Amino acid sequence: MAGADPQTPPMLEVRGLDVHYGAIQALHDLSLSVKKGQIVTLIGCNGAGKTTTLRAISGIVRPSGGGVFYEGASITAAPPYRLVRMGIAHSPEGRGIFSNLSVSENLDLGAYARSDHDEIARDRERSLTLFPRVRERLKQNAGTLSGGEQQMLAIARALMARPRLLLLDEPSLGLAPQIVQTIFKIIREINERGTTILLVEQNAHMALKVAHYAYVLEVGRIAMADEAAVLEKSDAVRKAYLGVG
Amino acid sequence: MRSLVDSSIELRPRLGPTILASLWPIVVGIAFAVAMQLFVKPNINDYFAKQLLDIGISIVLAVSLTMVNGFTGQFSMGHAGFMAAGGYAAGAVCYYVSLRIWGTGGARGSILSGMPLDPSGLPSFAVGDLLFLGSLLVGGLVSALLGFLVGLPSLRLRGDYLAIVTLGFGEIVRVLIQQTEPVIKTAAEAAQTPVLELPIHVGGALGFTGLPKYTSLFWAYLVAAITIIVAFRLKRSTFGRAFLSIREDEIASEVMGVNTTRFKVWAFVIAAFFAGVAGGLFAHTLGVGLSAEAAGFMKSFDVIIMVVLGGLGSISGATAAAIVFTLLPEVLRDPLATPAWIVVAILGVWASLSGLAAWRSREGGAERPWVMKLALKLLIPGACVVAIYLAGKNGIDLSPYRMIFFALLLILMMIFRPEGLLGVREIWEREAWSWLIGGRRKAVAASPPQGGGS
Repeated sequence: MAGADPQTPPMLEVRGLDVHYGAIQALHDLSLSVKKGQIVTLIGCNGAGKTTTLRAISGIVRPSGGGVFYEGASITAAPPYRLVRMGIAHSPEGRGIFSNLSVSENLDLGAYARSDHDEIARDRERSLTLFPRVRERLKQNAGTLSGGEQQMLAIARALMARPRLLLLDEPSLGLAPQIVQTIFKIIREINERGTTILLVEQNAHMALKVAHYAYVLEVGRIAMADEAAVLEKSDAVRKAYLGVG
Repeated sequence: MRSLVDSSIELRPRLGPTILASLWPIVVGIAFAVAMQLFVKPNINDYFAKQLLDIGISIVLAVSLTMVNGFTGQFSMGHAGFMAAGGYAAGAVCYYVSLRIWGTGGARGSILSGMPLDPSGLPSFAVGDLLFLGSLLVGGLVSALLGFLVGLPSLRLRGDYLAIVTLGFGEIVRVLIQQTEPVIKTAAEAAQTPVLELPIHVGGALGFTGLPKYTSLFWAYLVAAITIIVAFRLKRSTFGRAFLSIREDEIASEVMGVNTTRFKVWAFVIAAFFAGVAGGLFAHTLGVGLSAEAAGFMKSFDVIIMVVLGGLGSISGATAAAIVFTLLPEVLRDPLATPAWIVVAILGVWASLSGLAAWRSREGGAERPWVMKLALKLLIPGACVVAIYLAGKNGIDLSPYRMIFFALLLILMMIFRPEGLLGVREIWEREAWSWLIGGRRKAVAASPPQGGGS
C-alpha cells in the first residue's frame, strides 16, 4: 500500500456540507478529505447519503451549505462538465452506461472533454489493457454487456478523461462476488498508477481492504473516520457492516 | 483488434479526403434535387408531383424533429409552431419585398422554381429565386431564435417540462397569428406602410394569401437533402455523440464533461431552424393556404408520429416514415390510383432488408429456418397491402379512418417495438433489422458473459 504522507495537503476537501432534497436534509455538516495518491472510501447503508455526497462533490446536486475544495480551489456547485476538465471523473451510480451506443462510442465519450488525440488513443489502449473484456466487446451495443462488463466499461470510460481524482459510486453493485474481486483488484491497480480514488461502497468488507482511509456514513453524518485497516478491526464496524462479532 | 496506431490515424483524418468526403453528399443532394425538378416533374402528373412535394417537406420536418426527440431524447411537441413561425416570417419577407420592388406579389423564379424560363418578359432569371432563398433563411433564423428563447429556460429542466412548454408554445404562435392584420394587397398601399409594420399584415384568421409560389420539387428536395446531410454529420460527430449521450443518460453525460443544457439548446435551435425553413417551403407551395392552423397541435402530432414510427434517433427511419406517413392517406383514399411502383418499392426495401437480416442470422440454432421466419414477417405487411387493395377495388374509401390506422399502428409499436421501427440505428445497419428475425437475441446468446455478472 502506498503510504500516506501526513504533510501533503488534501487533494479534495469537503467542509461542512449540507444537502437538502426539498424539505429533507440528506447530508448534515459533512466533512471529509482525500489525500493525493490514496484510496479513500465512504461506507454506509442504503440511504446514508453516500451517493448524495459524490453528487454534491461533482456538482450534480447543489449543496445548501458548506463547501467543496479541490487542489486548494473551491469547486462548490461548479457544473459537472467543468470538473471533468479539472481532472475529476465520476463513474455514476448504476454505471450510467449509454446502452444504445457501442462500447467504443462509450469510451470516446469518456474522453469528450479532451482534444489531445494521440494521448486519448494512448489512454484508450491503457484502459483496454486494464479491461481486456471490454476490448473484446468494442463493437457491441453497450446495453448488451453483462453487469460486470458494464461496470468495467464504466470505469474504463471514466479513465478516458485521464482523471487525477476518480469518484467511483458502488462499483460492486449487483455483481457476482468473483467479478467484485476482479474489479477491486483493478481499482487498486489504477490507484497504484497514480490516480487518487474516492470510493463509495456498501460492500464494506472489500472497500476497507483496498482503501487507505475510510469514513463511515450514517444517516447523512460522518459516524467514524480512521485508517481503513483500523476501522476493519473496530468492533462497531465489524458488527454493523461486516456482519461479524 | 485495432492497434494503437490505426486508432490514432482514424482520429486525425487528412484534410483532402475529408473535404471530398464531406462534399460528395452535398453534390449528390443538389443533383438529386435538380433531377427531381427537371427530369421527374415533367413525366408525372400534377397530383403526384404535389405528393412528392409534400413528402419533401415532411422529410425536412421529421428529420429536424429527430435531432431533438431522437438525438437528445427531449420531447418537443411544438414543431408545427416553429414551422408556422418560419413560414409566416419567410412569407412576409418574400411577399412584401416582391410587392415593394416589383409591384406585384407574383413569383419571378427560374426554371428550378417551376416557372417557364421568362415569365413576364422581364430579365428576372433567378432573381426571384434568390429572394426566395433569402426568405427561407429568414424563416429559419426567426424560428431558430424562437427556439433559443423557448429552449433556454425549459431545457434547463429535466423530463417532461419541455413537452408541456412546447405544446403551449405552438398554441401561442397559433393565437398570435390569428390576431394579425389583413394582408396588404397593392403595391401602393405597401409603399405607404412603414417597413417595420409590414410583418404584422399577414392575414390574421383569414390566412396569408397571395404569396408567390416558388416552392418546387427542386427547393423541397434541396432542403430535404441539406437537412439529412446536416443530421448525419451531427450524428457522426463528437458533437452528435454528446447529443446521443444526453438521450441515453443525462447524469452520466454530464459527468463525462458534456454541458447538457447547452447541447440541448443547440439541438433545439438547429431543429427549429429547419422547421422554420420547412415552414417557408410550405408557405410558398401552390395550392396551400397558409393559416394559423399550420401551427396547431395536430400538425405537430403528425411529425411526432413520423419520428416515433421511424425510430427515435434514426435519420433514415424518420425519412422513411415521412414518406409512408405522407403517402398513406392518399393510398387509403384511392389505392388503385397510387402508382404501384411505390408500393412495390416500399415492400421491396422491407423484404430485402429483412431478408438480409434473416439470412445473416441464419446460424446460431434458430428454432425455425430463416426462410420461414422471413415469410412470417412479410405476411403482415403483405396482408395489409392486399386488404387495402381489395377495399379500393370494392370502392370503400378508407381515408376517413386513417387516424384509427395510425393510432393502432402506434399502439402496436409501443407494445412490440417501443424504440420505433429502427431504433437509433440507420436502415443499412444490421442492428436495425435484426429484431425482425430475432437476430439481436441471438447475438447476445452467442456471447454469454463469462464468469457471472448480473
